Amino acid sequence: MGYRPTIGLEIHVELSTASKMFCGCPNHFGDPPNSNVCPVCLGMPGVLPTMNRQAYEYAVLMGLALNCRIATFTKWDRKGYYYPDLPKNYQISQYDLPLSSNGYIDLLVNGQTKRIGITRAHLEEDAGKNVHDLPGCTGVDLNRAGVPLLEIVSEPDMNSVPEVMAYARSMRQLVRYLNISQANMQQGHMRFEPNISLWVFDDAEPDGGHYTPIVEVKNLNSFRSLERTVAFEIDRQAGQWQADPDGYRMDKMSKQNRGWDDVREVTVYQRHKEEADEYRYFPEPDLLPVEIDDAWLGRIKAQLPELPIARYARFRKEFGLDEKLTTLLTSERGTADYFEAVVQAGASPHRAANLIQSQGLRLANERGTDVAGLGISAERLAGLCKLADEDKVSATTAAGIFQAMLESDDPPEKIAQDRNLMQVSDTSALEAIVAEVLSENGKAVADYKSGGKKAKKARSFILGQVMQRSKGQANPKVAGELIDRKVLGQT
Amino acid sequence: MELHCLSIHQLAAELAKGQVSSCQATEHLFERIERHDPVIHGYLELQQDAAIAQADRIDKRRNDGETLGPLAGVPLAIKDNICVSHGRTTCASKILGNFQSPYDAHVIEALNAADAVILGKTNLDEFAMGASTENSGFGLTRNPWNPETVPGGSSGGSAAVVAADLAYAALGSDTGGSIRQPAAFCSVVGLKPTYGRVSRYGLVAFGSSLDQIGPIAKTVPDAALLLAAIASHDRRDSTSAELEVGDYLAEIERPVKPLRIGVASEYFGPGLDKEIAQAVRRALDLYESLGAEIVELSMPLNKYALAVYYIVATAEASSNLARYDGVRYGYRDRDSKDHIDMYSASRAHGFGAEVKRRIMLGTYTLSAGYYDAYYLKALKVRTLIKQDFDKAFEQVDCIAGPVTPTPPFKLGEKIDDPLTLYLSDVYTVMANLTGLPAISIPCGFSSAGLPIGLQLTTKAFSEELLLRIARMFEQATDYHQRKPKLQS
Ligand SMILES: [Zn+2]
Repeated sequence: MGYRPTIGLEIHVELSTASKMFCGCPNHFGDPPNSNVCPVCLGMPGVLPTMNRQAYEYAVLMGLALNCRIATFTKWDRKGYYYPDLPKNYQISQYDLPLSSNGYIDLLVNGQTKRIGITRAHLEEDAGKNVHDLPGCTGVDLNRAGVPLLEIVSEPDMNSVPEVMAYARSMRQLVRYLNISQANMQQGHMRFEPNISLWVFDDAEPDGGHYTPIVEVKNLNSFRSLERTVAFEIDRQAGQWQADPDGYRMDKMSKQNRGWDDVREVTVYQRHKEEADEYRYFPEPDLLPVEIDDAWLGRIKAQLPELPIARYARFRKEFGLDEKLTTLLTSERGTADYFEAVVQAGASPHRAANLIQSQGLRLANERGTDVAGLGISAERLAGLCKLADEDKVSATTAAGIFQAMLESDDPPEKIAQDRNLMQVSDTSALEAIVAEVLSENGKAVADYKSGGKKAKKARSFILGQVMQRSKGQANPKVAGELIDRKVLGQT
Repeated sequence: MELHCLSIHQLAAELAKGQVSSCQATEHLFERIERHDPVIHGYLELQQDAAIAQADRIDKRRNDGETLGPLAGVPLAIKDNICVSHGRTTCASKILGNFQSPYDAHVIEALNAADAVILGKTNLDEFAMGASTENSGFGLTRNPWNPETVPGGSSGGSAAVVAADLAYAALGSDTGGSIRQPAAFCSVVGLKPTYGRVSRYGLVAFGSSLDQIGPIAKTVPDAALLLAAIASHDRRDSTSAELEVGDYLAEIERPVKPLRIGVASEYFGPGLDKEIAQAVRRALDLYESLGAEIVELSMPLNKYALAVYYIVATAEASSNLARYDGVRYGYRDRDSKDHIDMYSASRAHGFGAEVKRRIMLGTYTLSAGYYDAYYLKALKVRTLIKQDFDKAFEQVDCIAGPVTPTPPFKLGEKIDDPLTLYLSDVYTVMANLTGLPAISIPCGFSSAGLPIGLQLTTKAFSEELLLRIARMFEQATDYHQRKPKLQS
């Protein structure tokens, strides 16, 4: 007997449109409570919703990126439930005709590609927030009410914690690539709802097997809590099943909702779902159905960028970069775009990748921006790469110049010259120094010439002296060659 | 003729000539309201100061020779389920008893742009649910023709104040006949425009796919003038039509020739009052004498219309009225221990019996397991009824029939019998289910002296034609000129 975790994930993503889904209020986080509201999103008597086309296009773009079938005809539905943060006591959503369905996303998990099915992705409006930290009462902040929300429902195709995490992170990466959400976790732009159960099987009976009761955990808003929740539930359910192999099965117990307790790091029982929730869905009579024609769909398709997984494969092949470096460079679209621009401007891919990785990402992170936001144009960085590629500056010096470029708009070559950082590869200038050093260190020259035990050490000593006298500007490769020629008479 | 008896067109002519000022007309109406409205109770709230200030502004602008809007200085009444940022908007419900709308409905913006004067807000059945205005949370309205009878509903207040010359015209709303039925009961003209012709932005929703704002006026040309002022595309209402608004007045006096009028035999079945049947038949004879051809139609699906209507309207209402929960505005029960309790208590005390009945009906039909059998089936039949009308309009220009099965009934007569009261809508709901424009015009009086209306329906967005056909009858008759004798 054994078991395999079976996990599906619902993700809610707030879209980064300028205005809300059905009114003109700003879609903006962090403003004073109830400042981004109007009669429409307050659910005042007599108001009507109007659809935000930008939100619809963002959602279609995501559907395309998830290889979904895009519905040419969709409608809106009202999902009824009473809660103080839901002003109309119904949410405008899509019920039986979601705008996209039947898609998939390919993940890279431990170097293997894993395909996760996408059941559907549809648009709806977000609710507001109840504020509980007021003395003696609960407040309702409706700034978030009506913000466009994309709900992405996966098939239960994930079988491990790493797969769940790869899926969740890929979704975040994807919406950021598409530039349809900032996917800022702290601001609640992404919320997760995993469905977890175990497939219990017996190797002796390949056709047998059963599921443990499905557990749904709502409203997880960090990767950490998602990871802990899924790991905890797998262990908990395995324990339950081991304790009661005949009773703890889906056909004998109903689905249940549990909540994640962040402090105790456990899931807590909330309620059983005896039957389907009663939302009294019906078609929203205040909005027209949406019909997408080929022209409109074509315009949206044209906005589809190269997606992360394709870009990863291309970078590996085209630039010969390793897995780690490629993952880093393609993690954000801005980084990948910047990298390619630098290469395009004449840098060697390895040099550009290494400088972006060792300097660019580190400095951007320190400054709370991205590499493109550092203010170093791709052309200037390419200039620096070329200096290094041509051995005009050493790798270490190049790192220093990168930092100096943050403060100066000068071309990298000028920065290097002004700070005397250019390598001396010019043999005539070096010859004088080499001659000087050789004449002053007869013993070392002799040791080197003798070719005995001390020869290697003697050569290093002579090279060190040359480097020192050139104040580090000598190109060590050129200087070494020069020493060899002079001492050994090699040409 | 006395000042209050004038039509809008007559008043506008007097105002233009300088024979009378808007202030005089407005003040005159307020005096009349003070005298007669305590009996009729057509108004829920008067906005006397604002109205006189506006009238004064218009008079000054007129004296300065400014170009004025088409309703310049004309005092009008507004049904109290239309949001006006001045004063309260209650929908005649205790749950909105003190509610002040933060914005003006589209039609109010339009009336302001037309330089109209707003006298106040008129009574209705709570949230427009009813056919007698007895379901108001703030007292019933009496029919000016006989104060012991109902004025119809739900726009009973608007129809009564126009009939009693307490306003030159009014706006109503029509979800299943709420403009046309009270217009028939009060012997005034009531027009429900095509769905989508007038923006619903700011009309407190009852049945969103059925609701439409329209004019209640003394004459057909007045209704045309008012419709022209409020009809337009409005991007805030996604269901508002992006079609040009016709010139409803240009050819209103020109008879329609040739004219084929369809009459469904089903309209004259059991349940129709004999005197109404006779009045409608006489009206058809008159049209025939004016050159129209009367075509007998069979519209068997009409018998399902009332059932379909009550499923669709209550389902939409149950959702539309969910927002009245005491959280953000309106009545809140203060003694509740938690928010669930607060919802229940606020809604239990804030809504009246008929509203609660319809919310329960609608909630039931939308519930899992019943949705397919009720709501979905109703939508399918609704489509079939539409097709029936489309077919009929291949043969005829207009369909004529009664507005109501009975003349105005006695106050309290049907209040405890909701099913019988629902039957009042049997001839009017078709226009809402199909979205077609329909008008009620005075076509006679019962032997007891109570008004009878004639209903005319034409194709979608053909209000120009509908108004011309209605005007033909009005020109040939004097029912619209008769006035009730008011008590004070
Ligand atoms: Zn808003």
